[in-house]
Order: sequence, then structure tokens, then C-alpha cells
Amino acid sequence: MSVELTGAEITIRCLQEEGVQCIFGYPGGAVLFIYDELFKQDKVRHILVRHEQAALHAADGYARSSNKVGVALVTSGPGLTNAVTGIATAYMDSIPMVIISGQVPTSAIGLDAFQEVDTVGITRPCVKHNFLVKDVAELAQTIKKAFYIASTGRPGPVLVDIPKDISQQKTKFVYPDKVTMRSYNPVVKGHARQIKKAADLILSAKRPMIYAGGGVILSDAAAQLTELTQLLNFPCTNTLMGLGGYPGTDKQSLGMLGMHGTYEANMAMQYCDVLVAVGARFDDRVIGNPKHFYNENRKIIHIDIDPSSISKRVKVDVPIVGDVLDVLKELIKLLKSEKEKSDQAALKEWWKQIDLWRERDCLKFDRDSNIIKPQMVIEKLFDITKGDAFVTSDVGQHQMWAAQFYKFDKPRRWINSGGLGTMGFGMPAAMGVQLANPKGKVACITGEASIQMCIQELSTCKQYRLPLKIVNLNNRYMGMVRQWQEFFHGNRYAESYMDALPDFIKLAESYGHVGMRIEKPGDIEDALKDAFKLKDQLVFLDFITDQTENVFPMVPGGKGLSEMILV
Amino acid sequence: MENEAGALSRVAGLFSARGYNIESLSVAPTEDPTLSRMTLVTVGSDDVVEQVTKQLNKLIEVVKIVDLNDGNHIERELMLVKVRAIGTDREEIKRLSEIFRGSIIDVTEKSFTIELTGTSSKLDAFLEAVSKSAVLETVRTGASGIGRGEWILKV
Repeated sequence: MSVELTGAEITIRCLQEEGVQCIFGYPGGAVLFIYDELFKQDKVRHILVRHEQAALHAADGYARSSNKVGVALVTSGPGLTNAVTGIATAYMDSIPMVIISGQVPTSAIGLDAFQEVDTVGITRPCVKHNFLVKDVAELAQTIKKAFYIASTGRPGPVLVDIPKDISQQKTKFVYPDKVTMRSYNPVVKGHARQIKKAADLILSAKRPMIYAGGGVILSDAAAQLTELTQLLNFPCTNTLMGLGGYPGTDKQSLGMLGMHGTYEANMAMQYCDVLVAVGARFDDRVIGNPKHFYNENRKIIHIDIDPSSISKRVKVDVPIVGDVLDVLKELIKLLKSEKEKSDQAALKEWWKQIDLWRERDCLKFDRDSNIIKPQMVIEKLFDITKGDAFVTSDVGQHQMWAAQFYKFDKPRRWINSGGLGTMGFGMPAAMGVQLANPKGKVACITGEASIQMCIQELSTCKQYRLPLKIVNLNNRYMGMVRQWQEFFHGNRYAESYMDALPDFIKLAESYGHVGMRIEKPGDIEDALKDAFKLKDQLVFLDFITDQTENVFPMVPGGKGLSEMILV
Repeated sequence: MENEAGALSRVAGLFSARGYNIESLSVAPTEDPTLSRMTLVTVGSDDVVEQVTKQLNKLIEVVKIVDLNDGNHIERELMLVKVRAIGTDREEIKRLSEIFRGSIIDVTEKSFTIELTGTSSKLDAFLEAVSKSAVLETVRTGASGIGRGEWILKV
């Protein structure tokens, strides 16, 4: 007869069975039994954050940079509500995560008990799925399902809410080898006839364009995307979530597209005749006004694992539902076997047009300024890290400059909150990235407004000796808010000025970290070099940057892709 | 869909979160007690209905979904209606109930309670036929639908 285990023991055993090495969390009343079991073992490492939001972002950064399921553990009530921002962040960017939350005992549910909230209700709209475990006999099966659902199909966060009494009760532990669910069977393989249609359309193109999103990163299909693009000699643009899916330094890369995309990417997107959308979802920040997008005729092929992403904002001609990796492999195989080849003469003309657009040099900035230009900091960071760092960011101008000026050649190197746009994401995400990649160089590009939203995590970094390099582009404004106020609100800078800033150097030092303030353009390079030489220390680099710098190009809200404001 | 606690709120939550309309919704367990069947009536353009279908399909507990409008189907709704029935009105209401194939299932000196089944528009028609002031209370189930002929919705 096998031994009976408590729900808490089962929870930890399940994590071990799933091969989880690192989880992020914060203890509290409802999860005390689970923490007790964590304490008694050493296979699963627990990272104690200083706020539950950070636990979620750290698990998220861990997942994004490693392609493993990120795991967070929080207590009931406020522990869970603090985590919601992080859960929603992961949901919007389709990140595989399992969140384990404590709940008040089953006998107390619904009685307004201390630290009780309706966790399943609160998180329902921002998880892929969630469970309330009411019977300890179902616990192992439920956790298995959670990992399965989180990591298959279009990935996403899955929450398992465990009442305190369930974590105490005992049952026989059997971890299922696999799980089958009649109501959940994500499609993997694309339809062969649709793939053939796509191949024919691709070969007929005169002005083709490949538009690749986060789906390429999530399905680990960067190599296949690169092969396809180079096989066809097509231009390729990546979304904010897709950067690194195609090498950013390659000549066929047009950089990022969208609201702050390059002139050439947006123009090519607007004026192409065949568009191949791969793991992307035509969202409002990417194509701007859909009506304007329809002004030009083009045929659209759309590869996505989520049927509901297809023809949601833009009608497409050849939908292919399936895993990007699988579909791209099939498509490449088919294209290689086709006798017909792409129209090289037309392509030559198209590249000529693209090169003309490139000459517009849309990312230019004043390189001779005696005030630090934020773009230059990112460029230098790129040079010094040889383009090989893991870069996380917060949200705002610095995020856009990072996306524009750090040319990502590899997937899973660019970690940012694209969908939800969560300020405070950068530093905790970088902690997760560093823990998943102990030898990697990890930089967090941030601003003085964003960094203060999770600044308490400097303490976590101290505890676990995480040698992050924090690149703070300090312009004493919420830069993106200020930019919109300048453009659209008559220069009325309502509440966007960051008054009463702390001395970031002293703040970093008070946690035992290194702080540096850089005020002259000529000092950028040396400061960054010095920072990366300090391999075992977190360095907070406070760059005092130009207050009036704006992000260009810009497609204003409601405008079309070819209606950019240019510098 | 799976007959599980919370499944219904996921459907309802999806509609409110994405701004879709629910005209009516009726749900109960099927002959297989692990499954519930829901008939949901919504209005929207073809594009919206397509999105509704796809989004519902994404819910983990939804096993299968069909748009009954894609083929021939039958729909029925049940209504219980309490009407004021005094004096000569009693005969008139009884006759009206017979015309609409309803049955009077509860009687007091001053009222009848009538049970009526049919399409939603038939129930509307009955309420219009009875004078408005006579209707004291109504309760309706919302439509239940099933495909015509030998076609069946199988899991």
C-alpha cells in the first residue's frame, strides 16, 4: 500500500515531477503548509520576492527566457490580488505559467473570512484557465492539467487555488503520466491544402512581406522563420513581441513595425501585395487604423495556433490554424519541392523600393548633442554586449527605443510587456531571466517612473546576488505620457513630471548594490563597460537624458501605417 | 460543456468582457451527467457571431459548439404566465390559452396560471393577445434548440 501524502506534500511533489527547479513567491496564512513542505526539500528552489506582483513578473521572465513553465506561489486574499497584474501581463503575451494560490479553508469559503477573495472569479478573465481544488484526491490531476493547459496550444497562465484544509488532508499520491481532456485538444498540424494555397500565393508575389510576431518566439520557430525568409529573399518585419524571431542585424530585416515601427517596415506593410503573417495578431498598435489598412489591396496568409486570432481585426485570405513551427516546416518543405520559383525580377524592384524607404533614415537622432540622447545609450549597450544580452524593459519611451536600437539576433533575448504594457515589469522580469540564465548578461532598460513601480525588488536582488545591470533612462518625465501630451494635448503636461525623485545611487547603495550617475554623452561607453565588468554585482546606471526627446516614427492613434510622424 | 461548477460563469463572463449580447441562455445537464447542454441566443453580424463561436471554443470547459442557424433547427421556449381572470374574462382567457395550445395549471378565484411552449415569437404573440393589464407575472426559460432530422450533436 502506498503512503498517503498531504495536499501540501502532493503540491510540491507535483512540481518536482514536472521538473520545476525554481519558483517565485511570498508566504502567508493560507499557504503555510505548502511552504512547510518546500522547506523540507531541496529540489525546488524558492525565490522570495518583496511583493507578489514581482513574483509573477519574475516567473514570467523566467518562462520567456527559458521556454519552461514559470511557477509562482502566493497566499489568499491580498497575495492573490497583488498577483493579478502579473497574471494579466502573462495572459496578454501568452506566456506559459502556473500560479498556485492559497485559499481560506473550504468550510470558510463564502463567509467573508480573513484574507478571502473569490480568486477564481477575480482571475477568470485574465487566465487561460483556473481551478478551485475542492477534493484533495483531485489535486495531483488538477496540477497536471494546469501544466498541460499552460504549455500547449496558445500558451497562457493557469491558476490552481488550493484551500488551506485541502493542503492538510491526506490521500494516496499518484502523478498521472499524461492527461487527456475531451474539451481541450489544440490543433498542431496545419491543413495541407491551406499550406499549398499559401505556397502558391507566396510564389505569385511581386511585393511580398513577412510579418512575424510573438508566436514565432513561443513556438521556438526562429530558425524556420529565418530559413523561410532567406529561401525566398523576402523582407521580414517583427512585432514588438516578435523581435529576435528573425535576426535584427540581417539585411532582410526591416526592423519593428507598428506605432513606433520603422518607416520602411510600415510602408512595406501597407504597400505589399502578399502578406505572410506568422504568429501575429494584427493588433491596434501594429496596423493602426484597419480601415486605412484596407485602402491597399493585398492578399493575406495568416498562420496562428489560435483560430480566434484569425480574421478578428483584419480579414485574411488564407488562414492556417496550427503551430507556427509545424506549419513553417511544412511550408518550407513544400516551397523547396515546387518547380515554380519566386519572381526574382519583381523582387529586385521591390527591394529597390524598400531601399529608397530605408534612405529616409527614420531612426536618426542628434549624435552631437551635449546632453545624453537615450537612443545612444541603447546603441552603446548593444555594442558593448555584442548584441548578446538578455534585455528586459518596462513600459514607455525607453521600451520603444530599446526595441528600435537593440538589434536582437536571437529569440528569447527581448523580454517586455507588449500586450498589457505593465510598468514595473522590467526589474522583476530580469530577476527571473537571470535565474534561468545564471551566466547570461542581463540588462533592464527602464525609466525613472517605471522602475519605481517595483523598486522594492532591489532587496530580492541583494538576497540572491542577482547581478542585473539596470539602465535607467532618467528624463524626469513619464516620457511617453509627456510625448502624447506634447503632440495631442497642447503641451499641457498634466501630472507627467516626476518630482521628488530619490537619489538612485544612494538607494542602490543602501541595498549593497553599485550605483553610477552618467551625465555626459562621452561617459556612456565607459560606464557601461565598467558596469559589465562587475560580474557579481547589480549596477544601477542612472543616465540623465534629454527631457524633450520623442520616439519617432510615430503612427498617431486612429491613423494608418503610412501616416507616420517622422523626425 | 463539462457539467462543472463555474463553467456557466465563464460563458457569461466571456460575453460581458468582449461586449457581446446574450438574448437568452438556458442550460441543464444532459443524459450524460458529466455534460451540460446550453442553448444561447445572441445577435450580431456574421463576423461577430464567428468571433463569439471561436472565443467560446477557447473556453476549456466547452466541449463542442454549433451554430444552429447553420442548418434547419427547432427551438422552443417555456413560459409560465399568471393573468388576472375575473368574471367574463375567465372564459376569454381560457379560449385564448386553448388557441395558443397552452394549459392552465393553476387556478384561483381571481387568476389563472398558464403554461405555454413555443418559439419565442409565439410566446410574445400570446402576451400581446392578452390585454397588458391582465398580465400579472411572467417567467420564461429562454430558447432551447435542437437540429432537425437525423442530424445530432455528438461529443
